[in-house]
Amino acid sequence: MYKRILAIAFVAVLLVPLSAGVMAQDAFDPYAPYRGDTIVVSWPSLYHFTQAATLIPQFEEETGINVEVDFLQYQAMKPAQEVELQKPRTGEYDVVAWVVFTKSEYVINGYLEPLANFFVDPALADPSYNPEDLVAAWVETGGVVGGKNAYLPGPTQALYGLPFGAETSIMAYRKDIFEEHGLDVPVTYDDMLAAAAYITENVDGVYGMTSRGAAGHQIVHGWLLHLSPYGGVIFDDNWEPAVTSPEAIASLEALKTIMENSPPGVEANGFGDQANAFLQGDAAMYVDSHKIAAMTRDPNQSLIDGKVGYALHPKVGDAECGLSETGGFAMGIPSNSGNKEAAFLFMQWMTSPRVDRELALIGADPARVSTLNDPALQEMFPEYPVVVEQLECANPNWRPLIPEWGALNAPILGVYVSEFATGNMTAEDAMAQAAEEIRAEMDRAGYYGWSSMDM
Amino acid sequence: MQRSLKIRQLRIAYMFLLPAIIVFFLGLVVPLVNTFELSFNRLSMGSRWSDRDYVGVENYERMVEDDHVRSSVGVTLRFAAIVLVAELVIGMGLALLLEKPIKGATVFRTIFILPLMVSPVAVGLIWRYLLDGRIGLVNHYLGLIGIPPQTWLGHPDLAFFSIVITDIWQWTPFIFIILLAGLQALPSEVMEASRIDGANWRQMTFLIKIPMLRSILLVTVLLRLIDVFRALEVIFVMTFGGPGRSTQVLSLHIYKTAFTSQALGYASTIAVVLMFIMLVLSLVLLAFSNPLKERADF
Repeated sequence: MYKRILAIAFVAVLLVPLSAGVMAQDAFDPYAPYRGDTIVVSWPSLYHFTQAATLIPQFEEETGINVEVDFLQYQAMKPAQEVELQKPRTGEYDVVAWVVFTKSEYVINGYLEPLANFFVDPALADPSYNPEDLVAAWVETGGVVGGKNAYLPGPTQALYGLPFGAETSIMAYRKDIFEEHGLDVPVTYDDMLAAAAYITENVDGVYGMTSRGAAGHQIVHGWLLHLSPYGGVIFDDNWEPAVTSPEAIASLEALKTIMENSPPGVEANGFGDQANAFLQGDAAMYVDSHKIAAMTRDPNQSLIDGKVGYALHPKVGDAECGLSETGGFAMGIPSNSGNKEAAFLFMQWMTSPRVDRELALIGADPARVSTLNDPALQEMFPEYPVVVEQLECANPNWRPLIPEWGALNAPILGVYVSEFATGNMTAEDAMAQAAEEIRAEMDRAGYYGWSSMDM
Repeated sequence: MQRSLKIRQLRIAYMFLLPAIIVFFLGLVVPLVNTFELSFNRLSMGSRWSDRDYVGVENYERMVEDDHVRSSVGVTLRFAAIVLVAELVIGMGLALLLEKPIKGATVFRTIFILPLMVSPVAVGLIWRYLLDGRIGLVNHYLGLIGIPPQTWLGHPDLAFFSIVITDIWQWTPFIFIILLAGLQALPSEVMEASRIDGANWRQMTFLIKIPMLRSILLVTVLLRLIDVFRALEVIFVMTFGGPGRSTQVLSLHIYKTAFTSQALGYASTIAVVLMFIMLVLSLVLLAFSNPLKERADF
């Protein structure tokens, strides 16, 4: 009897710290210190973000942190953010989303907090977050600053943002037209341009392709989509403009052929116009953001649901693959946020493996390889297998994400690419003029200072 | 006694003027002086005012060599000349037609001034879609009479023509309404006398009415001239200056330099030049006939 009591007591003594441990583990709640706090999020009023916002009540319930979203039209968002981010004291925003080409500008102005500050904090960083699962090209394009050429990955890089609403380019084509005319799905640019010309000529009321073409950043985007697979770049490794290279000229000629095989008015097309031309059945092929896939399924804007196939961004010659764009949005934490920890927890939750899958289910854009590879989701979204394969070949250097890009994009390239596309200048003349102006702009910004020093 | 009363009255007068002077000072003089100062500095968007770098006349030197400024000044002057002449002729014609109390004049007058009430961004969007190469109504109706679809906003000449037509559509009513008011305010005795003297319609219009409207015409042209040089929203929405630079007016170039290139200093330099061009043109116009001066001579 005595022995039994002793044994029970012994077991009890053993169990007490164990159960206390279990209790302590139950009690650990990373969100507890911030329960009742309110964070303000600045997002563009685009489909991905409005869909993501529908998950916010779930976040609030799970964490006790309140979230207010300030939705703004995406071009109006940056000026509004700048006003807040400049404030020497606490600004209004705790989380901001940005178009990828804004990242360097925000970092150089000291607006953003390095995310390493949070990922090293065991009280904040979720061990199951699995950052390796985030699409590497999107992390690099939207969030990495300070590596090679200041905007690419490299030993000196730092992370300022997580991809959210990111994109790459793929090809979408009309399966029905291709089948009816016995056309093969294009693999190379030559295939695509030939198919475009064939369809324009032989299919009544349908043009081969569609493109962006409006002067300014639209036509530059349209051109850069082709510059990258043709092997061209805007700058060489010494920041000298490389837009007069044979690759650049060849990609411009490809753009012109594409525009010649697009529905009338392509020279004034923005993204929406080119997408509409495809969605309304006036164009048989489209090469641009993979977000077109969700648009084809939307009965409010598409007449071609169920008739669309997806393929990789065409390659040039015997290249291994066509280097696609990496763009869209990322989000991060302002340096002058009043509640950075809660902001981080919100971002971590929104981009976690579980929520990424939920985002996909409601039609938003996932940012994780595991989500894109999910067989059930691939069944629902036929573009996912193509997107996953394409991301292996996504090029974070398809356009220079430097603070000066705004001055080079629409004001210089946007004029000269348009001058070429509308037949006012030859490709060589237009690019020679553009290169001269780009160099002057880069010189003013101090890019040639070091190389001009006598050592 | 009388002197102190006068001083008191003056003081009260100044007191009533003070709010207007403050608004004028803060809203016009300060930004103008800042723009002028900024034109000698380098400052990018997102930087603080105190971070500006003084660069002397570097911005002005750059501008003299800037091909984009030269071409946009050319586009602006061509645009201004064409729309001003067209709007003046059409506006005057309509005013003369609807001056008399003919049947339905009120309805016509109301319809004619409707475009004036539409906001410029909406005007840009309406015409952008009307002239769209693929889905535009204009191409649709041209197609009905066998004319193939035109790329209105995609061809350099057609795009320029399109922004001219849009401006005429929107702003002719402004000229029409002012000239109509002017015509109706002309002294009926003069008209009656000329009619008794046997003046025909042409003589009455060109030798009596238009000369008597000279001051009003001048003010109208001046107002429109200033407006044309500031025109931005409609062109921004319709063509964004393209294709190439064919519709890039100076104000759009300033916008792009300031907010796309983010070079606030250089944009201010071009803005100073725009101000200078407008000043010269206005002085030339006023040299022909200055309504204010004539009034002062009374």
